[in-house]
Amino acid sequence: MASVQRLVLDVLKPHQPNVLEFARAIAALGEGYRVDIRVVEVDEQTETLLVAIEGDRLDFERISSAISENGASLHSIDEVSVVGE
Amino acid sequence: MALKQVKTLLEISHSEEIMRRYFVVNGFDGALTTLGLIMGFYVSDRVDLAVVITSCLAAALALGMSGISSAYISEAAERRRTLVQLEKAMMTSLDESHHAQAAIWIPWLVALVNGIAPLLIALIIIVPLWLAHGGMMLALEPLQSAMTVALVIIFLLGVFLGRVGGTFWLWSGLQSLGVALATVGLIYLVG
Repeated sequence: MASVQRLVLDVLKPHQPNVLEFARAIAALGEGYRVDIRVVEVDEQTETLLVAIEGDRLDFERISSAISENGASLHSIDEVSVVGE
Repeated sequence: MALKQVKTLLEISHSEEIMRRYFVVNGFDGALTTLGLIMGFYVSDRVDLAVVITSCLAAALALGMSGISSAYISEAAERRRTLVQLEKAMMTSLDESHHAQAAIWIPWLVALVNGIAPLLIALIIIVPLWLAHGGMMLALEPLQSAMTVALVIIFLLGVFLGRVGGTFWLWSGLQSLGVALATVGLIYLVG
């Protein structure tokens, strides 16, 4: 079983929740999750983010659900680091 | 619904400010209406206390129902409109999101606050009437006691608004009290 240790996601989200709350919601999904967000573009009602998440064993399904719950949509997975076990 | 989820929905929808505003506006409505009603009975002279209590209770319930229904209808429409606009901007359905949850639950919360504020305040104002009706001796006449309670509550609502707005609390309280006293004066003149 391989474990995902880094993801970079292209995400479109509404202005609410703000980037800090959004990062917290993802970081709260697992112990040791590190979340770095860069705002790429800001429109009237939305913003495009590059979300980099690092951790020993990232749960992509839960991350994807958290993104949806916060009103955001995952456009693409731009980078992945996976370690085989 | 868990308290944490309610907090999330309130944050996402920025509803705390709206709920605070509704509480004060409709609370003020409740206090002033009840004060006016009691003042009307006071200038009418020799009205049975039971009639006053029933009238005030009926008015309080009507204010509560009016507050709940009007706020729910307007808030639900506004939230739905906002959600549709956001879905257009996101080019996707937000059915699974906190935003959709907020569009369902926040109108109920806002409506409850809007309805409970005047109901609760009106009930507090008529407490002296109940006590007097139950045989308790009060320092003032029952109607005067109830009007005093109403004036204190209106002053406190003004103080609360002053603190929220960052203005001098006493001035804001006195402004509200001024409105209440003007109302009392008008009813006295009419009566």
